Amino acid sequence: MSQRKTWLKTGIGLVLTGLMLFPVYWMVNVSFTRDRDIRKSPPNWFPVPGTLEGYRAVLHQQEPYIATSVVVGFGTVALTLLLAAPAGYSLARLRPRGGGALSFVLLIAQMIPGIIMAMGFYAIFLNLRVLNTLPGLIVADSTLAVPFGVLIFTAFMSGIPESLLQAARIDGAGYLRSFWSIVLPVSRNSIVTVSLFAFLWAWSDFIFANTLDGGGRHLPITLGIYHYIGNNNQQWSAIMATAVVASIPATVLIVVAQRYVAAGVTAGAVKD
Amino acid sequence: MSDTTGIQAHPSQRDGGGAAAAVPPPSARDRSRKPAASQLAAWAFLAPVTIYLLLFYAYPLYRSLDLSLRNYTVRSFVHGHAPFSGLKNYRIDIRDPTFTPALLHTLIFTLVSIAFQFVIGLGLAMFFVQHFKLSATLRALFLVPWLLPLIVSASTWSWMLNSDSGVVNSALHRFGFAPVNWLTAPKWALVSVIIANIWIGIPFNLVLMYSGLQAISPDIYEAAALDGANGWQRFWRVTFPLLRPVTAVTLLLGLVYTLKVFDIIWIMTRGGPAGASTTFATWSYQLSFGNLLPAFGPGAAVANMLIVMTLIFGFVYFRIQRKQLES
Repeated sequence: MSQRKTWLKTGIGLVLTGLMLFPVYWMVNVSFTRDRDIRKSPPNWFPVPGTLEGYRAVLHQQEPYIATSVVVGFGTVALTLLLAAPAGYSLARLRPRGGGALSFVLLIAQMIPGIIMAMGFYAIFLNLRVLNTLPGLIVADSTLAVPFGVLIFTAFMSGIPESLLQAARIDGAGYLRSFWSIVLPVSRNSIVTVSLFAFLWAWSDFIFANTLDGGGRHLPITLGIYHYIGNNNQQWSAIMATAVVASIPATVLIVVAQRYVAAGVTAGAVKD
Repeated sequence: MSDTTGIQAHPSQRDGGGAAAAVPPPSARDRSRKPAASQLAAWAFLAPVTIYLLLFYAYPLYRSLDLSLRNYTVRSFVHGHAPFSGLKNYRIDIRDPTFTPALLHTLIFTLVSIAFQFVIGLGLAMFFVQHFKLSATLRALFLVPWLLPLIVSASTWSWMLNSDSGVVNSALHRFGFAPVNWLTAPKWALVSVIIANIWIGIPFNLVLMYSGLQAISPDIYEAAALDGANGWQRFWRVTFPLLRPVTAVTLLLGLVYTLKVFDIIWIMTRGGPAGASTTFATWSYQLSFGNLLPAFGPGAAVANMLIVMTLIFGFVYFRIQRKQLES
């Protein structure tokens, strides 16, 4: 391929990416736009003169929401890892009778529409009086990530060389020991992948938050934005500033852990 | 499954077409012995997730099935003892004037979204697979829409499609078109949510089709080029047939995931105006949570009809996966 041809392709690629990411740019643009310019026609294509008013509003009004989302995110990650890693180890290495059936159930579980789970959880949480509590929301959010987590761990742990585990067995390590000191450290990449996605999904969750935590004292950021949209249709710079802040975890994921993301998409979809 | 012989490997036991399917099978000799103690250990490690599945998947599902088969009022919802009413809630739904439009919208939303996502995703994958400068970085940036919280995407699109101040109408105006009431006109609301949903779904299709394209050996193209095949022929005679397995997977997973889309529609239009963008997912939510007087029974019935649709496509997907593994 000639030099000029690859640069042409890069140019086309840049244009396509620009088109695709235009809504993201627009969100950032509006977040810096002054309220008096927001309904201008035609709209300002660049936030000049800009304002940080929207972000000031985020700091003042949205801080508790963000804190809640962080707590829920980490809670979901912890619960997901706790459940999924041992299960993956068992399915990958210990060949439990009926393990195939369990993997199948996990695949189906991934397909169940969230609205159905939300309804069931609502009925149960109401009776248990855990509606509008964070532990309740964490449990519900973890259902988004646990099946995915088990599948990723199973796929990854199947690839660990048997010789490694055999050596441990000869040294007298039991199952728990092998799991804890051989399998888990070697599986660092899959732990990172599962944690990132579990956090992102919990952070992004809207349907469980809205049905199970809608009246709670601690609301996550997704509801912060939702109420913003519902309450004051005018403050779009503040709404978009909140949206920008809510996009930070996704951005971090792309920048820091790009290869894990692509691996997660293909592993979660192609292989299951 | 008989394990008593302990000598034969059990290739059929790998799993139900599951995650491990893509992993090379472990050597049979290592794993053929299975004393009772190891079964105990295996299930000890599986116990937490099994209990979890029963408590937090099976039980909520059972509750939502139960909701759909009883005549619940707000009172009996809290205190229990709702009378069993059989399929009455389902009959109420089917006779509801919302039923036919909601079914139609669900199908249109799903099929149109998938058609566009797939074609655009495939086109982009074929473009990015050529490896030019920055191609990996740009491909990664294409993932952004898929990773953003849906409320972020939905509210951004809402503002872009705003009738008076949206950038889309402003651009239309510049090219001499009349403004469109994207979210407030009944004939455009469904189009609007479909556009937003296509945007969100492109990355998924791009990544999957890209992985499929990467698996095709360049030798095949070289051979086709030597045989004098032009670009168009190469695509239809070589690329497309070889991509068929990954295409089937992508489309079916797309179906399963698109049928249940709720967030985007609810945030952008709430299924409105006047039900113009109501799908089964939003209708179910509307019935159960959207009104002052919740109709949990009919709402759960709609949700259960949705799950049946989803699982039909899900099982087709499993069948295809299994066939592919066998061949």
